[in-house]
Amino acid sequence: MWILGPVGFTAPWVLLGLLALPILWFVLRAVPPAPIRRRFPGVALLLGLTDDETEADRTPWWLLLLRMLAVAALILAFAGPVLNPRVDRGGSGPLVILLDASWASAPDWALRMGRVEQALEEAGADNRTVCILSATDISAQPCDFLSASDWRARLPGLAPAPYAPDMADLLAALGTIQGGYETLWLSDGLDRLGRDDVLDVLEAKGAVSVFETPRALYGLGPTTVDETGVDLLVQRRGTVGEASVAVLAHGPDPAGVPRVLARQEVTFGSGEDAVSALFDLPPELRNRITRFEIESQRSAGAIRLADDSLKRREVGLVTVRDSREGLQLLSQLHYLRAALNGKADVIEGALADLIQANPDVIILADIAHLSGGEAAPLLDWVDAGGLLLRFAGPNLAASDVARDAEDPLLPVRLRAGGRTIGGAMSWGEPKTLRPFAETSPFYGLPVPEDVTVSAQVMAQPDPDLAARVIATLGDGTPMVTRKPVGQGQVVLFHVTANAEWSTLPLSGLFVSMLDRLAVTSRAAKAQVDDLAGQTVQPLKRLDGFGTLSDAAAMVPVEGAVFATAKASAATPPGLYQTRDSVLALNILGPEDHLIATQWPADVPVTGSQTRSERPLTPALLLAALLLLGADVIASLWLSGRLFGARVVPILLLALSIPLSSTRAQDAPDTLSDAFALAASSEVALAYVRTGDARIDSLSEAGLAGLSAVLNARTSVEPSPPMGVSLDTDPLGVFPILYWPVTADQPIPSADAYIKLNAYLRTGGMILFDTRDADVASFGAATPTGLKLQALARPLDIPALEQIPEDHVLTRTFYLLREFPGRHAEGTVWVEASANAEQAEGMPFRNLNDNVTPVVIGGGDWAAAWAVDDTGVPLVPVGRGFNGERQRELAYRFGVNLVMYVLTGNYKSDQVHVPALLDRLSQ
Amino acid sequence: MSLSPPSSLRARAEALAGPLPPLQAQAEQLARTLLLGGHGRRQAGMGDEFWQYRPAEPGDAGRSIDWRRSGRSDGHFVREKEWQSAQSVHLWADLSASMGFSSDKNHPTKQERAGLLTMALAILLMRGGERVALASLGTPPRIGALQLRRIAEGLRFDPNAEAADVEAADYGAPDATSFLPKSRAVFLSDFLGPIEPLEHAIGAAADRGITGLLYQILDPAEEAFPFQGRTVFTSMAGGLRHETLRASDLRDRYLDRLSERKTQLAHLAHQAGWRFATHHTNTPAQPALLWLYEGLEGAR
Repeated sequence: MWILGPVGFTAPWVLLGLLALPILWFVLRAVPPAPIRRRFPGVALLLGLTDDETEADRTPWWLLLLRMLAVAALILAFAGPVLNPRVDRGGSGPLVILLDASWASAPDWALRMGRVEQALEEAGADNRTVCILSATDISAQPCDFLSASDWRARLPGLAPAPYAPDMADLLAALGTIQGGYETLWLSDGLDRLGRDDVLDVLEAKGAVSVFETPRALYGLGPTTVDETGVDLLVQRRGTVGEASVAVLAHGPDPAGVPRVLARQEVTFGSGEDAVSALFDLPPELRNRITRFEIESQRSAGAIRLADDSLKRREVGLVTVRDSREGLQLLSQLHYLRAALNGKADVIEGALADLIQANPDVIILADIAHLSGGEAAPLLDWVDAGGLLLRFAGPNLAASDVARDAEDPLLPVRLRAGGRTIGGAMSWGEPKTLRPFAETSPFYGLPVPEDVTVSAQVMAQPDPDLAARVIATLGDGTPMVTRKPVGQGQVVLFHVTANAEWSTLPLSGLFVSMLDRLAVTSRAAKAQVDDLAGQTVQPLKRLDGFGTLSDAAAMVPVEGAVFATAKASAATPPGLYQTRDSVLALNILGPEDHLIATQWPADVPVTGSQTRSERPLTPALLLAALLLLGADVIASLWLSGRLFGARVVPILLLALSIPLSSTRAQDAPDTLSDAFALAASSEVALAYVRTGDARIDSLSEAGLAGLSAVLNARTSVEPSPPMGVSLDTDPLGVFPILYWPVTADQPIPSADAYIKLNAYLRTGGMILFDTRDADVASFGAATPTGLKLQALARPLDIPALEQIPEDHVLTRTFYLLREFPGRHAEGTVWVEASANAEQAEGMPFRNLNDNVTPVVIGGGDWAAAWAVDDTGVPLVPVGRGFNGERQRELAYRFGVNLVMYVLTGNYKSDQVHVPALLDRLSQ
Repeated sequence: MSLSPPSSLRARAEALAGPLPPLQAQAEQLARTLLLGGHGRRQAGMGDEFWQYRPAEPGDAGRSIDWRRSGRSDGHFVREKEWQSAQSVHLWADLSASMGFSSDKNHPTKQERAGLLTMALAILLMRGGERVALASLGTPPRIGALQLRRIAEGLRFDPNAEAADVEAADYGAPDATSFLPKSRAVFLSDFLGPIEPLEHAIGAAADRGITGLLYQILDPAEEAFPFQGRTVFTSMAGGLRHETLRASDLRDRYLDRLSERKTQLAHLAHQAGWRFATHHTNTPAQPALLWLYEGLEGAR
């Protein structure tokens, strides 16, 4: 290798090729760009004209320079240039490579391994023995000094641990190593207690050099959850300037596919080392979050696992029609709403809707009967893990639900009628609650003295009644019963949810009971406090790179230990299953901060940037390619061929390839906006594109002709006609659609039919033209007639009739008897009038209030209307003067049709004007 | 030249006649768009059409008196017919190589347009009873289907034909020496070649009282000059050649020369009592035919 400054060349002799560049200069300079030859009759007029500027008969210098640079780049590329070629550095004696190997070194782990490999290579070359010591993985025999090649085989087994090294263990391990050694310490750059002691020990043994990467390290700090959302603290170490990172919230979408649910960009100000990221998400989304992650940080510290403490329970309250409006305090749901307020996300609605929303809890307050259509999905929902909470009440007591047999949606059988205690018409005092048994989920809750029950529904004595009771009254009658159903459960309060039957809803005990039933969310702190006496089973564990893996094989952890545990080898970060919830153990605790190391001045610290070797060949080859590409464009430009007919499409194609991906997404919106704007700023006649270019151009020309006639004769001044693609374009802006039927046009899509039906219902009109009136009469199966049937089948078309003589269409502008197009024959069909016999002898029809949504005929009107740019008819109609008369009638039909569409029944109302005036004058 | 076998003669004859029916049909269709009427001389004379009644004068033959008209009044009236006479029209369509140019495959070549107009005009004129001749054939003006067919054959353009003189093949010029005196003439060409032969021809025609039309047919590219960059321009037959390093710089000066040429032609026509107009091949043929027909009508 030949080294020149910071660049070395692996094949330096290729550089001799640079000497050939001057020769190339002269050769290229002598060859001017070739002219184009054109045959042109006007050349006789050109003779004798001279050029103003006499350049370009030689290749311009800058083009030469471009080519020279391209060739020079090629020569340099093949000479194998390498930036920062590695220079060997000597040493002697045993070498200890100490790895911090914590999560903080995971983002640049490959770089560290590269440094280790390089150190091994150098040690191998110098015949030194090496020991690699991983501070997070200290075995009983901490260090064996082996040859470099032995260690090289073990390198792939090294991986960063998802926790911080224990410096006390490390100190102990170092104490067992005998003799002096040199140390290379690959630090993760985080300051931690005990690091100085380790450094003192190492320096006593021999020289210490430290390798640290200067790149910024990010970690996700503690999470706080409150009403506003989830607040994450993003910490960083390293850089002091401004920087911004994105925090992603991952979770499954409704179909169960893992996705990024939210993305939050946070910006560190200059000198700031912690910024909070607030995720304000709808509860459905927030409950699905499984982890937060800093984008493109491959480290366990950049991951924050979410557990149940993040979730807010979703509670569905089934509302019934409330006939007693205003009696809010008597409402069955009032106290439930008050108890759940702020602690859970409450949704209210009909039962069928609630099941669709799949909440965690559904509360039925005194609803006895469920229809079969409601009960089955509700049972499925409970089966799948839902909690159905029911309250008794007058309705339940009066009904015959669960009298004889157990109802699947009630925990126990009920006795008819219930009972009343201590009322005006009954014996005894209102009952109080008995303290909760140890097996009850309510165990430990204090029972206030003032909670009394004056009425309840009674449970039938059954063999398994005792197992289902979780709260009883003073006399031992069940007060709350529970039954597991599949993965879920059904709980019945034998009293009402309002204060009618008991004072329970008025007390704090009610809220606590709902809390214990996991109806409301609980703070993570409270859950951790409950852990004493439990064992906690690891579910998932993180590795140092932040990958989540299954941890079912791990040993369960003592609950008391777990409550105070930090991420360590015994309790790796991950998800842990307690008795009734899932807890997450994350790397950064509430009091952890990322602080950069401060090394003493005498310890040499190296970073990554000094030693990286980079081959420059690909960059130079790319540069040569770009220069040659620029040369092509410049040469074309010089010879005037750049904007020739053939080159432009190729250039556009080349440019559009990288653009197409972005344009494909936003194009339809802007396109349809522009289309709608063009169509709606003026009245525009529209035709349906059939895909047959000839028919489409004829339709366009026909509507252009009709537009011109309208412009000349009426106050309707249409803008140029527009072609409509049924699948993509909005239809609502057009008053009328001309739809020529061809035998082979494709049937529109289902979406297009939805649009068409909406168009017809909202006052649009379609003129179907089978263009075959010369051969077809009604009922004759012509190809276009059959096609029309196929096209119109999904359309919402009313009953039709042949156009009657007194139809409004015959007199909206011109008085017409027939409606010829290119074919004079044929009939026109319109919507049938409702009750023709009620015409009351009036000559004019006043029945069809609405414009007929379709006009069907075969006159080939567009052909009769069609004109070219100069206004000359395109298609011959009939013969001689009669033909021109027929064309005129076709135009009149068009004018009448447009008038009819635009004015609606106004013209048919006009017939009453004389009668009205007559009546006014009386 | 050796004798060709009959089969090859037949094949060549068919190839020659191939384009005729379409041209004739196209021209018939174009001609049909103009409504025809008898064109009298606006004075009494021999003819079929009624012109006027005039009082009988001494010397009028007794059988020339219109008794039906005379019976309604006291005097005698003679029924006069309008004088109708046939005209001779010489048509010349440039068949040189430069007329074979078309800048766009959607446009016809100038020659196709000139041939179509010539043919349609010939049909129209014959319908009107005029006698028509194609100048390049050298035959005297005649009327009838045979003459029409002869004209169609004479208009056949062979782009591969080898001309003896390359310069002459590039640009054509009419020869008016064989024209009948007091007849009409129509010249259709791009008039981009040397103008002197045309001046001679018009001068010779004007000397013999021939009036007519100069109709310049140009391709849109010849009006726009949409060229750029280093270009070598050659004429259609290759006789002329001009090289430029930057064609776009020549545009303005070329357009100046073109408009100067048009002015020259208009001046020439004006001096000889002729009429001049320019037609572009990307515009419809019908207005052009109308202009030509009205031009002849007006001159009559």
